[in-house]
Amino acid sequence: MSMSELMNDGDNASAPPPFPPPQAGKGGEGVPGIRLTEEQLRARRSRSIAIAVSLGLLVLLFYIVTLVKGPGVLERPL
Amino acid sequence: MSVTFAQAELPSGVDPSIAPSIAGARDYLELMKPRVMSLVVFTALVGLVLAPGHVHPVIGLAALICIAVGAGAAGALNMWYDADIDARMERTAGRPIPAGRLRRGEVLAFGLMLACFSVCVLGLLVNVVAAALLALTIAFYVVVYTMWLKRSTPQNIVIGGAAGALPPIIGWASVTGGVSLEPVVLFLIIFMWTPPHFWALALYRAEDYARAGVPMLPVVAGERATRRQILLYTLILAPLGVVPWFLGYAGAAYGIAALVTGAIMVALAFRIRAEKHGYTASKQMFAFSILYLFLLFAVLLADRVSGGLFGHFAA
Repeated sequence: MSMSELMNDGDNASAPPPFPPPQAGKGGEGVPGIRLTEEQLRARRSRSIAIAVSLGLLVLLFYIVTLVKGPGVLERPL
Repeated sequence: MSVTFAQAELPSGVDPSIAPSIAGARDYLELMKPRVMSLVVFTALVGLVLAPGHVHPVIGLAALICIAVGAGAAGALNMWYDADIDARMERTAGRPIPAGRLRRGEVLAFGLMLACFSVCVLGLLVNVVAAALLALTIAFYVVVYTMWLKRSTPQNIVIGGAAGALPPIIGWASVTGGVSLEPVVLFLIIFMWTPPHFWALALYRAEDYARAGVPMLPVVAGERATRRQILLYTLILAPLGVVPWFLGYAGAAYGIAALVTGAIMVALAFRIRAEKHGYTASKQMFAFSILYLFLLFAVLLADRVSGGLFGHFAA
């Protein structure tokens, strides 16, 4: 369906609005516009997990390095 | 009303650049060239362990992680710039950009982010000299090798090899905060190892490089000249490999390993030089050169970790 068809509500006042309120679900179901395929969903999940793991490891690294360097880590000149 | 944006099923008039990505974490890992990264980390580890003085293991680990990520950034930026070449070469056509799983802009952003991040973190957690060397390595690989030399001269991998040879110096600088002769020798070993290693590969992949328009030595100067150059560089490399023993920062076990493996490298180079048909010797040289470099650095590492036990034992 084209955008003009979506936008065309004509004279029918009882017709549903062209863009219903977003009700995002997995993969964007209920949201007009984009619905992800299974492959895209898998890829997004894979990327999300990788980002979460990377950030977690980074926080852990900074935490441990701070412990190792001790109070000196706070004495860095600005 | 919703629309499925599969990569191949975009409605007419829709900009393909807004299609959701199908790239998974594995594709981003592939951008970082994990095999190259492992060699970089290994040689940096040897530089770090050989360096005099003490570094806390956590700080050493942080340095290695930063060096690994920096190498990954360089790999990603290389794939960003060379996407056109990669698409024309059989060996690289399956990489994320030519395969259509990632767009160039995404890869550029990923590479730049990792490069900035790795250099900054190395500077903050370890020291500024190591961070500056890492920045130099990334810039040299991306700008000097990838953007300039690779497409313009058959000496591309000779000069560009400096980027791959720098990690032991970064490892050393992570401990000492400076650079001295010992890591420079390690740098020179990798630097002289690079041409015979890559030219051995290029000999039997020449058609692939020619199709992509990359002026590798066999494409530009022919096989005979390449075989002669492989021999020349190997004749310099083999004695250079023994230098750490002469300088006294490697034990006798290292010296013997360097002599034996260096002799095999030279023998293979002579076989390549003599080979008139086929690429059996080239393939053997390519495979053995990886083992050669790994063995040299592994024995150096084992020698230092064992507290010179190898040296005393052999003596």
